[in-house]
Amino acid sequence: MASTTHNPDVNYLNEFKGIGSWFTSLDHKRIGLLYMVSIFFFFLLGGIFALLIRLELFSPGAQFLTPDQYNQVMTYHGAIMVFMVIVPGIPAILGNFFLPLQIGAKDVAFPRLNLASWYVFMTGALIAMSTLFLGKVDTGWTFYTPYSIKTGTAATIMVLAAFVMGMSSILTGLNFIVTTHKLRAPGMTMHRIPLFCWALYSTAILQVLATPVLAITLLLIAVERATGVGIFDPALGGDPVLFQHFFWFYSHPAVYIMILPAMGVVSEVIAAFSRKTIFGYTAIAYSSLGIAAVSFFVWGHHMFVSGQSEIAGVVFSFLTMLVGVPTAIKMFNWLATLYKGNISFESPMLFALGFLFLFAIGGVTGIMLAVLATDVHFHDTYFVVAHFHYVMVGGTLMAVMGGIYYWIPKMFGRMYNESLARLTFIFIFIGFNVTFFPQFVLGAMGMPRRYFDYIPAYESLNKISTMGSWLIGIGFFLSLYVIISAIRSGAKASANPWGAKTLEWQTSSPPPHFNFETEPVVTAGPYEYK
Amino acid sequence: MFWISSTAHAKKLMPTAATDIAYQVDNLYSFLLISSFIACAILIGGMIFFAHKYKRKSVHAKSAYITHNVFLEFLWSFIPLVIFLAVFAWGWLIFHDMRSMPKDALEIHVRGKQWAWEAEYKSGVKAANLIKVPINKDVKLILTSTDVLHSFYVPSFRIKQDAVPGRYTALWFNANKFGEFHIFCTEYCGTQHSGMIGKLHVVTQQEYDQWLEEESKFNTLPLAQKGEKLFQLKACSGCHSVKNSAVLAGPSLYKKFGTEEELKDGMKIAVDESYIRESILTPNAKIVKGFNAGVMPTFQGQLSEDELAALIEYLKTTK
Repeated sequence: MASTTHNPDVNYLNEFKGIGSWFTSLDHKRIGLLYMVSIFFFFLLGGIFALLIRLELFSPGAQFLTPDQYNQVMTYHGAIMVFMVIVPGIPAILGNFFLPLQIGAKDVAFPRLNLASWYVFMTGALIAMSTLFLGKVDTGWTFYTPYSIKTGTAATIMVLAAFVMGMSSILTGLNFIVTTHKLRAPGMTMHRIPLFCWALYSTAILQVLATPVLAITLLLIAVERATGVGIFDPALGGDPVLFQHFFWFYSHPAVYIMILPAMGVVSEVIAAFSRKTIFGYTAIAYSSLGIAAVSFFVWGHHMFVSGQSEIAGVVFSFLTMLVGVPTAIKMFNWLATLYKGNISFESPMLFALGFLFLFAIGGVTGIMLAVLATDVHFHDTYFVVAHFHYVMVGGTLMAVMGGIYYWIPKMFGRMYNESLARLTFIFIFIGFNVTFFPQFVLGAMGMPRRYFDYIPAYESLNKISTMGSWLIGIGFFLSLYVIISAIRSGAKASANPWGAKTLEWQTSSPPPHFNFETEPVVTAGPYEYK
Repeated sequence: MFWISSTAHAKKLMPTAATDIAYQVDNLYSFLLISSFIACAILIGGMIFFAHKYKRKSVHAKSAYITHNVFLEFLWSFIPLVIFLAVFAWGWLIFHDMRSMPKDALEIHVRGKQWAWEAEYKSGVKAANLIKVPINKDVKLILTSTDVLHSFYVPSFRIKQDAVPGRYTALWFNANKFGEFHIFCTEYCGTQHSGMIGKLHVVTQQEYDQWLEEESKFNTLPLAQKGEKLFQLKACSGCHSVKNSAVLAGPSLYKKFGTEEELKDGMKIAVDESYIRESILTPNAKIVKGFNAGVMPTFQGQLSEDELAALIEYLKTTK
């Protein structure tokens, strides 16, 4: 129990000692850090697979992988990055840590469930990793049928792993919804919670409603592989396109599970470093909910050429345009927040501005893919690969990095090395564009994705892309060094180094076990820079 | 000026547009590129401008307190909506043309299989990884797959359609340029997915008729020549090299007949007619050293006796 008298040297990091106190901790902050260590590890793994992909594609023909090995590498890169890094990333690390702090709560609503969700996640992740030693998986992260039914590899284990990790995602989402509704401090009305919390809340709704559909679909694959019931395999009377409908019914909302929390982080960082109230709080908050709602009805835009009817394609293209509007609204709101601000450019802000830059490009190319006629050409080419990396890496990962630098002082009570951190931004930002911009051109030229080999016309752009991947690699390794050395030996951080107004900065750094010495009473909105 | 030249450049990077629809798609794409450039210039340019202009000079300086502006918010919701709906409608118009199958088209059945495209003409002529069509003629491809999903993609025509096992899908085109155009598979289908490349050959009506005529003589060819064609047609060549001893997904068959093969279990076996026959019909019965079971599909029930004989006779000639 935290003592009621103030002792500034006791905080959540040192109040309980020993490795066991971490693995049994119900403290949302410690659970956030458990997630951070695990997800960083998986990110490293997924990143190594990414570098292998780029190395193999450095030149046409076989370099050092066989086609089957390449297919496995690209499957693991996708599956790890999606299910083990980007989907859980921001909610499980930063959300776990800061949702309760930002709404003035002692913890999440169900601390035990929170710890359980980490164990469930790790179980799923270990099952997924076990396939590396049990035959490997070569289905791509999308598990399209009937290939995933016929392939002789460890696909059954992998889909079960994704099923288990989905369970963890549902538990986290449920926890966040209840926390947001029930544990807000006195005076913290729904319209006073920070935009990061709105983003987490919208994400949580998606996690709870969409993930079960994926879970059941994946289970059906496992059942079909084990018993041969004909659900998806046409040889048994099933329908492979049905799988795509089920799969994207989850996996499109999942795209927003990945990006909404990132948008939340960016809102926080831009307001704090512009020292200015956010422009259009209500518009940003409700556009998150709007995106969440509409995102359930756009899954068919992944299937314009799958054999679905023309009218289905038209409806899905139309609805996709509607989801573009709230996204555009957010972009303009962030831009307007900069107007007449008092802007400084520490690394969190650089990453947030980098996010705006890359997300703008990711957004407009998204429109090109939502337009029926152009999508027919771009679908399943490198254009799509470039687009979703601009959104997922350029968007979400930039926000993860920005968010981590922003909150490191609060999480560990230490500052990171600012000039090195800026250097990581330069490497990641430039490396990212060098890697992925040429892929738009490759896609327009017609290079299909998931290609182990390619025709000579695509060689020079693939070379550039591969070289860019080395810059990104350097950037992330450098980030790891910056973060670790900040934790080990960074200068002491004050309670509120950025002068931000949200609640987490009003308690000490690092916060005490129960977050606040006395329950905060809220009398104003989150961004009152007057 | 810059926008125009950069879109012209981007268009040059696209593969040659060889149908009228491809040309229409490119026009729409150019419009999207230009409006995207403008949108990015506003967003990114605005960001850089504000970042520069409102750079912090003193921590204590006051920032403006602006919470919202209904008129601006209406504008930046409404204008994107109008643009989005306009490009949606434009895209739909072209898509509708793509999906409206012309009457009286030349119909060709195309089957995707791991890992080749097999075309079958109405006259019974078959071709592997090659579709020959006359210029300026509506052509309709009726697509299906014999195993997993594939996707039929001709970049120069800007068309793409999945080939789904157990059902038919279709696409059409009317090529207005002579030449050989790539056919790619764009739905991941396993080991040789990236090797599943075919050619779409646009020729004059005369050349087309001649070619059909020649191909229809297939059944009267000598066995070895017939075997050579079958070797392509059944996509054996995708995984087995015959010109040299390069190892693809399967062992090379160059100068293989009459030699001895070492199997996975260390046994040695003579490569004779019976062994080849067994390896085609039940490929998992004996696995060559260095390879895995389950890679090659079985051809049991898919080849007639004389086709088997033709293949065997052909393999005797790969020297």
